Amino acid sequence: MSEATVPKLELGRVGESLPRVDGIPKVTGEFAYSSDLQAAGMLWGHTVRSPHAHARVGTIDISAAVGMPGVHAVLTHEDIPGEKRYGLEFQDQPVLAYERVRYFGEPVALVAAEHPEQARRAAERIRVEYEPLEPLVDPERATEAEPLHPDRPTMGHGYRDDPRPNIVRSLVIRQGDPAAEGDVAVSGVYEIGIQDQAFLGPESGLAVPDGEGGVDVYVATQWLHVDRDQVAPCLNLKPEQVRIHLAGVGGAFGGREDLSMQIHGALLALHTNRPVKIVYNREESFVGHIHRHPAKIWAEHRASRDGRLVNVRVRILLDGGAYASSSTAVTSNAASFAVGPYAVDNALIESTCVYTNNPPCGAMRGFGAVQVCFAHEAQMDKLAEALDIDPIELRLLNALGPGGSLPTGQTITGTLPVADVIRRAAALDVPEAEELPRDPMRLPGGSGNTTRGEGVRRGVGFAVGFKNIGYSEGFDDYTAARVQLHADGSATVHCAAAEVGQGVANVILQVARTELGVRDVALAPHTTATVDSAGSASASRMTWMVSGAVRDACRAALEEWDKKGRSLEVDVERIYRHPRTTPLDPETGQVTGERAHVAYACAAMRVVAEVDVELGLTRVVWIGTAQDVGHAVNPQAVQGQIEGGTAQGLGLALMEEIQTRDGLITNASFTDYLIPTTLDMPPVVSELIEEAEPDAPYGVKGVGEPPTVVSTPAVVAALRAATGRELSRVPVRPDDIVGL
Amino acid sequence: MDVLTPRSLEQALRLKAERPDAVPIQGGTDVMVELNFDRARPAALLNLNEVAELRGWSRQNGRVWLGSGLTYAEAMERPLAEALPALAEAARTVGGPQIRNRGTIGGNLGTASPAGDALPPLLVCGAEVKIASVRGERIVPLPDFVVGPKRNVLAEDELILGVSVGGTESRQTFMKVGPRNAMVIAVVSLAVRVDGDLRAAFGSAGPVPTLVRAGLGDVDSFPQRVAEAASPIDDVRGTASYRRHALRILTRRALDRCLV
Amino acid sequence: MRIELSVNGEPCEADVWEGESLLYALRERLGLPGSKNACEQGECGSCSVLLDGKLVCACLVLAAQAEGHEIVTVEGLAEDGRLHKVQEAFVAAGAVQCGFCTPGLVVATADLLARNVYPSDDDIREALSGNLCRCTGYAKIFDAVRMAAASL
Repeated sequence: MSEATVPKLELGRVGESLPRVDGIPKVTGEFAYSSDLQAAGMLWGHTVRSPHAHARVGTIDISAAVGMPGVHAVLTHEDIPGEKRYGLEFQDQPVLAYERVRYFGEPVALVAAEHPEQARRAAERIRVEYEPLEPLVDPERATEAEPLHPDRPTMGHGYRDDPRPNIVRSLVIRQGDPAAEGDVAVSGVYEIGIQDQAFLGPESGLAVPDGEGGVDVYVATQWLHVDRDQVAPCLNLKPEQVRIHLAGVGGAFGGREDLSMQIHGALLALHTNRPVKIVYNREESFVGHIHRHPAKIWAEHRASRDGRLVNVRVRILLDGGAYASSSTAVTSNAASFAVGPYAVDNALIESTCVYTNNPPCGAMRGFGAVQVCFAHEAQMDKLAEALDIDPIELRLLNALGPGGSLPTGQTITGTLPVADVIRRAAALDVPEAEELPRDPMRLPGGSGNTTRGEGVRRGVGFAVGFKNIGYSEGFDDYTAARVQLHADGSATVHCAAAEVGQGVANVILQVARTELGVRDVALAPHTTATVDSAGSASASRMTWMVSGAVRDACRAALEEWDKKGRSLEVDVERIYRHPRTTPLDPETGQVTGERAHVAYACAAMRVVAEVDVELGLTRVVWIGTAQDVGHAVNPQAVQGQIEGGTAQGLGLALMEEIQTRDGLITNASFTDYLIPTTLDMPPVVSELIEEAEPDAPYGVKGVGEPPTVVSTPAVVAALRAATGRELSRVPVRPDDIVGL
Repeated sequence: MDVLTPRSLEQALRLKAERPDAVPIQGGTDVMVELNFDRARPAALLNLNEVAELRGWSRQNGRVWLGSGLTYAEAMERPLAEALPALAEAARTVGGPQIRNRGTIGGNLGTASPAGDALPPLLVCGAEVKIASVRGERIVPLPDFVVGPKRNVLAEDELILGVSVGGTESRQTFMKVGPRNAMVIAVVSLAVRVDGDLRAAFGSAGPVPTLVRAGLGDVDSFPQRVAEAASPIDDVRGTASYRRHALRILTRRALDRCLV
Repeated sequence: MRIELSVNGEPCEADVWEGESLLYALRERLGLPGSKNACEQGECGSCSVLLDGKLVCACLVLAAQAEGHEIVTVEGLAEDGRLHKVQEAFVAAGAVQCGFCTPGLVVATADLLARNVYPSDDDIREALSGNLCRCTGYAKIFDAVRMAAASL
């Protein structure tokens, strides 16, 4: 059972399980999510999308749509006043398609109408001339195909200059002697399907013209300022003419790092001079955001007879889909963490991400690390078997820790208690097998009533994983916070950090209360209008970064207050940066300075599963985990992150995959893209390993990603133990378990 | 689009005769998805929620009458669940509680999906579908009612009144395979009844839910016969070979349950 | 077309397009956006409301079908400005993260506890199996249900 951490309301400082500040409006239904917004005179925007994965776009005839009842605007790429392309990191994605569409569902035209049905009917009348082209859907053939982006948008940014077509990024890490031999070698090929963030709140927002040529966009996003900096150039506006305000976010998990409706809504609002709301439906949401990169990983592990890793050789192929998004960072993460949290002197790691006409991929919780953890943990189990060493002992023997180094040559300077999380997770008591008969709900197959116990085998699996915290490779990663102290002793904090459900609003308040020593702290709306950037709610970075920024701003405000004789109003803004990182060497993949990554967090997990080996159905019975969380700002919220992150990894292990045929998504619905239900998630016992991170404010660490990284391999390890099958692909399909 | 809401069966049949283009809507679990995702824009909807004659169930001459408006939640309640245990088990596999409170037997028949969860249990219990129009009533055995994937024999002025089901209190069970433990469309489903002979009916393993019968002496070969009677396809939910394999396993297990 | 219905004990009316769901009518016409639009196909439970006392997905009810019927939404659970015990428990147990699933889960839990005062863990899992949550992994939601059951 998850131990109910009932919060005790003290001051609400760092370290207390302060209940969520948005908890009450969220349980009463009053909390305004981006799809809940309304404004007087509001129109509904609708996006016309490509039915092809790859086609030349000819003329777009909007004439039949323009005069339809209730229709106020029909726009194409010709109506974009500024830049026609945008992108999170590389400007490679058309706001509205011109010349070519490169993926199924790519936006082509926009409609604004008084009722969504009128917009849909008008959209139906738009005639787009497509000349279908052969879609490039096999990532293994991408580097031999015609280039999808002949201008090579990701080249010239300090990455290795790989001349092959359709390379988003390729990175080779060489350490020691890549030919070093061990006594024993094991190898495997692993595949990871396309996972979707499947946040429950669909992409949506409201764009409101300000009457002076500018626009306010209220949207669910992960990084307000980077949205602004992509939106403004396309509208041909100055950044300050575009104000992005955070509306309620119904989950994110990386899927809201890239833009969805922001530019489209703003275009329609400016064109009609009326507020425009766009809400994707679930089907549209599946093409409305990027996904987790599918991957194929070839791994070979060489070890000495006594179990020490001698040489790890890994080749990783990531399918980035049609546009770059954050693929370059995913490529690098996959390479950096390909060995796992283990020490090895010799390594050769090749990580390549290619463009295809498959769904675009980018950020999802644990990116890069999730894919390789599935492979390296399977390899460690294989190696344990080959060496006849207990798999947990083998992991302990090779565990990385402070003072050790990654294959990139970077030394671990902060905390990384890998051996500790392994020991603590391994020490958790695994529950006894339940007696039969039981209600079918407590058996594999669940409500399907498929077994009374026939064919059911039990297995226990174990896995360890880690991931970096914060942005890497020289990125100027910072967070701003602004603190106002008022004459009545209260305070207001401005911070543009996106509250996406992870609880950063509480972090801001808890830090402010800790520093200011007062309870009466208000959190101003998250917006680009009043404060500098907070950076992205991603990479497990926000707790750390916000803690630093709010702490510094509070301390500066108190100093100022003292100087002013403790009576006047004070208003200060401070920017916090984590320790500086530098790029990896483009030829060797080695660090060029002290660090390419800021810090790391690790987790170990033990999973008990029951598998109906005849039908290939599974019930995960119990999960126990120990996670390196630094100093927990809000222990209840940390547990919540661990439990939720674990569920997403379990989903990838057992059921979650976007399926495509010739680049077209064939299961864009919650009927066919399945995420875990209450009957799929077992109780999660979580142990928090609280070792203060020396470089971080209050010793905090990010906690959101490690559980997702580690739960997929841990669940599959349990399935292997139950079935004796190799199960080298996730999600594991019933066919794989049965052996068809 | 027009919404027609009759208050009696007679009115419903008259409206259906006048507006044969009206799509009946009861629990909305199929029709609303079509509307919400812009897959269908019927000229009219015939809202059957207010037609009391279509609700409930009763015993009639050793058989059980199920009104077309009977919900899955109602099918799970005793004493009906004891009379038709396979149907109750099937109902428990349908969606979540919200769906079971709205989805109806009549809707499942009207949609006539190969994956319709109520259809296999009704098939093994010899269900006969009662259909009506202003022209009169007719009774169609369920195997003749569903004629193809999402196609049935209803004429455009006809409505489903309900089904008459036999086989009450016999040994029967229902199983459904899906890739998660709740809320799935069947990858493959199976109902089995043992009552003088062996009857199995499967879903999602052919264009229509299909009944297979054999004598009591054929217990050993029956799983194979059921699997061979299927004509499954590969789709996003599963592969043909898995479906055939699973049918074999499910039939064997179902027989074990029903023969104890 | 115009429909008349009772929402949270109050008679109200709305002009709706014939093909509109009850969910759209509640959210966009009646000023009650608490019921959420996560999947619009009955797969997630985020729009759970009570229709004549029965738990249903508002996205699968045609707005016109609600004519003359009684609807209770998440906005109708608190009484006299005091949170429903289920709402209190969801906040206290940490069962809320992004919160998009929360209104539906709160309504589904209130419905469960109205029918079953002492639900077992299995009862809770089955009763909430039609409500997807992507953030919490459900553990703290189960805690909240147990906490609410104990306090009722």
